[in-house]
Amino acid sequence: MSLLGEVARWFADPEHWQGPHGIPVRVLEHLELSVLAVTVALVIAAPIALYLGHTGRGGFIAINVANIGRALPSLALLALGLVIAIALGLGLGFWPTMFALVPLAIPPIMTNVYVAVREVDRDIVDAARGMGFSEGEILREIEIPLGLPLMLAGIRTAAVNVVATATLGALVAGGALGRFIVDGLALREFDQLVAGAILVAILAIVTELTFTALERASRSPGMAAIR
Amino acid sequence: MNLRRALFAAFVAASVVATACGGAGGGGASPSGAKPAVIVGSTNFYEQLTLGELYGQILEANGYTVTRKFNLGNREIVEPAIESGQIDIDAEYLATLLAFIDKDGKIAKPTTDPKETQTGLQKALDGKGLTVLDFAAATDQNGFVVTKDTASSKNLKKISDLAPIGATLVLGGPPECPQRPFCALGLKNTYGITFKDFKPLDTGGPLTITALDGKQIDVGLLFTSDPSIVAKNFVLLDDDKHLQLADNIAPVVRNALLQKDDGTIKRLLNSISAKLTQAELNDMNKQVAVDKADSKAVAAAWLKKQGLIK
Repeated sequence: MSLLGEVARWFADPEHWQGPHGIPVRVLEHLELSVLAVTVALVIAAPIALYLGHTGRGGFIAINVANIGRALPSLALLALGLVIAIALGLGLGFWPTMFALVPLAIPPIMTNVYVAVREVDRDIVDAARGMGFSEGEILREIEIPLGLPLMLAGIRTAAVNVVATATLGALVAGGALGRFIVDGLALREFDQLVAGAILVAILAIVTELTFTALERASRSPGMAAIR
Repeated sequence: MNLRRALFAAFVAASVVATACGGAGGGGASPSGAKPAVIVGSTNFYEQLTLGELYGQILEANGYTVTRKFNLGNREIVEPAIESGQIDIDAEYLATLLAFIDKDGKIAKPTTDPKETQTGLQKALDGKGLTVLDFAAATDQNGFVVTKDTASSKNLKKISDLAPIGATLVLGGPPECPQRPFCALGLKNTYGITFKDFKPLDTGGPLTITALDGKQIDVGLLFTSDPSIVAKNFVLLDDDKHLQLADNIAPVVRNALLQKDDGTIKRLLNSISAKLTQAELNDMNKQVAVDKADSKAVAAAWLKKQGLIK
C-alpha cells in the first residue's frame, strides 16, 4: 500500500512533469519511436503482403515470416542492433532500438494484410475482373477497402507490441518511457519504476483503443449486414 | 493418459528435488571439520568479475565449495545482498563503500589514507555483521574522462577546468551517478560543476565508451584502472581537489562465514590482497577488457604466477 502512495506522490511532483527528462518529453519520445517503427514495418511488409495476397502465391512465406518473427527475442535483437550500430558508427539509443522494434512489428502486419486480401469474397473479385477492372484497381478499390478492418487489426497488434517493447531502448542509452523503468531499477527508486510501467501500460491501452475505433470506422456499411 | 500423467508427476518430482538440492547447497550448517560452502558475489563490471574469480578460485583450490553469483547489478543491489546473506564475499573499495553505507558521515568519513579509511569502514560494518579484510595496494576510483579532441579544444587537464564550462557539457555515466558522492553529486559539491545534462549509460562499459567516441556525451565516467582510457586515447582529468579518496580494493566477508571457518578463508583472501599491486590489477584488466580474454582464465593465470595456487 505504501508503494502505491509513493507512486501517487511521484506523479503529483511537478518536477517530474517538466524539463528534458519529464513525463511529457518521455511520452513524446516513446510515441515517436513507436510510430516510426510501425511505419517502417508497414512500408516493408504491406506491399509484399498485398502482392502475395492478391496473386494468391507465397502464402507459405507470409505465414512463416510471421511465426519466425514472433519467435525472435527482442532483447537479443536489441543487443545485436547495438553491436551493428556501434560498428557502423550510428551511436546508441535510436538505431539499436529500431533494429529490435521493426522485426517485432512486421509479422502481425504481414499476416493480417495477406489474410485480409485472401479473405475477400472471390466472387466479388471475379465480378470486378469481368467488369474490366485492372489488377491494380481490384487491389485498390475492392480488396483493400474490404480487407481494411483486418489489416488495421494487424497494425493494432504491431503497434501495441511496439509500444510495450520500446521500453527496451532505455537499456542502450535511449530515452522514452523505458528510462523511468531502467533508472528506477538502477537507483532502487521503485516509485519511479512503477510509475514508468503504469505510463507504458496506459499508452499501450490507448493505442489499442484507438486502433479498435479505427477498425470499427473502416468497416464498410454494406459488409456489416453480411458479417 | 496414464503415461502423460506419470511423466508429469515425474517432472514435478524432479523439479522439487532439483530445487531442494539447489537450496541446501547455499549455506546450511556443516558438520565439524568440513569446510563451509561459500557464495562469492560481484557487481556489474569486468574488474569485479576478475576479482570475484580470484577470490573464488583460491578458495576452491583449498577445498571450499564456491558458488559464484556474479554480475548481480550495482552496489545498491549487491550491498543488501551481502547483508542479508545471499552472498558471503565480495570485492569492495574502501572509501566508496564507507560513503555508501554511512551517507552522512556520522560513523566515519573516508579520507585519502587507506588505513584510516579501513578503520572507519570496519566501524560502519560492525553493525552489519561484516568484516573488511586486508586491503590491496591496487585502487580503482571514478575517473572523469574526455576525448583527446575535447581536451585540446577546450583546454582541459584537470577536473576544475570543467567548472566554468559545465553548463555546455553533457556528462555520461551509470544511472546512479547523480546521487553518488564521488560522482556527479561530488562534482557539484566539491568542484561546483553543474552539467547541462546527464545521460544514464552503463558502469564504465561499452555504452560509455561509445557515447564518448560518438560525441553523445562530453565527459564520461570510466574507472581509473580501465585500460580503455589508454587504448582509446582518452584524457583522464586530474582530480586536483581530491574528490576521490582511498579506494583500495579489499574483500568484505560476512562474520557468519568467518565464524564457521578456522581462519583459512581470511588467510587466503589476505594473501591475494598482499600481492595485488596497481600494475598487476591494470594488467589483468587490460587482458579482460581490451584483449577480451576470459576473466576465469586470467584470474587462474595470475594466481599461479603469484604462487597462490598450483
